[in-house]
Amino acid sequence: MSLETPLHRVQGMGSAHSGVGHFWRQRVTAAALIPLTIWFGISALGLVGAHEAATLAFLSQPLNAILMAAFVVILLFHLALGLQVIIEDYVHGNGSKLFLLLLMRGFTIAAGATSIFALLRIAGPL
Amino acid sequence: MADTPHPAPRVRPLSPHIGIYRWPITMATSIAHRVTGGGLAAGTVLLCWWLVAVASGPQPFNTFVALAATPLGQLVLFGFTWALCYHLLNGIRHLAWDLGYGFAVPTANRTGILVVVSSVLLAVIAFGLAYSGHGGYYQ
Repeated sequence: MSLETPLHRVQGMGSAHSGVGHFWRQRVTAAALIPLTIWFGISALGLVGAHEAATLAFLSQPLNAILMAAFVVILLFHLALGLQVIIEDYVHGNGSKLFLLLLMRGFTIAAGATSIFALLRIAGPL
Repeated sequence: MADTPHPAPRVRPLSPHIGIYRWPITMATSIAHRVTGGGLAAGTVLLCWWLVAVASGPQPFNTFVALAATPLGQLVLFGFTWALCYHLLNGIRHLAWDLGYGFAVPTANRTGILVVVSSVLLAVIAFGLAYSGHGGYYQ
């Protein structure tokens, strides 16, 4: 016999009150990053010593621009989930924990918005 | 009562401090996964900077490339290359565990050593290819 209330069971949150959402997001973003990181590594090696024009040409290719945008966004999502665990593990004050979590989220959003803007600017008008 | 000497504190047994354990490979790889993850988070700033530099014209682009070419820049890039290789390979090891594979202690020890050795090899091969002129095939 379970001691859980029906509401608790329906919500499926467990004792940490956040359920398995964080766990799943971390795994799904990790799996998505495997092929994207391999693509990024091959691309980075291919751009070693490249001049500005060649780099611009590479990143203006639609497929490369889309893959780079996906890489940066999913990377930042995965990074936010990972840094959240590190902050929650080592920072115990409620105020400082909340402050660092918000600062970290602010950083990931700023980095993502800036990277997407840069990629749009590289792609240029049609 | 005030001049009563304090009794000598009893020496109580302590559990061994983390510093005196021989580190099992699984513990070292776990800690390294978190450290490389944190390091790569900082390295994302470089990725973002590179994209902005490419988008901002020849001057910022050349500044970025010149800084990356300095010995310190190359050391930092090698560090991030190794960290990315390690976090990728050890991440695959973690995903295998999540699917229920590779939990036996001898297996976990073997895959741990495999991940450390291959991450170093991958990073060295990547830099070897770049330095021997086998990179730069997209220009």
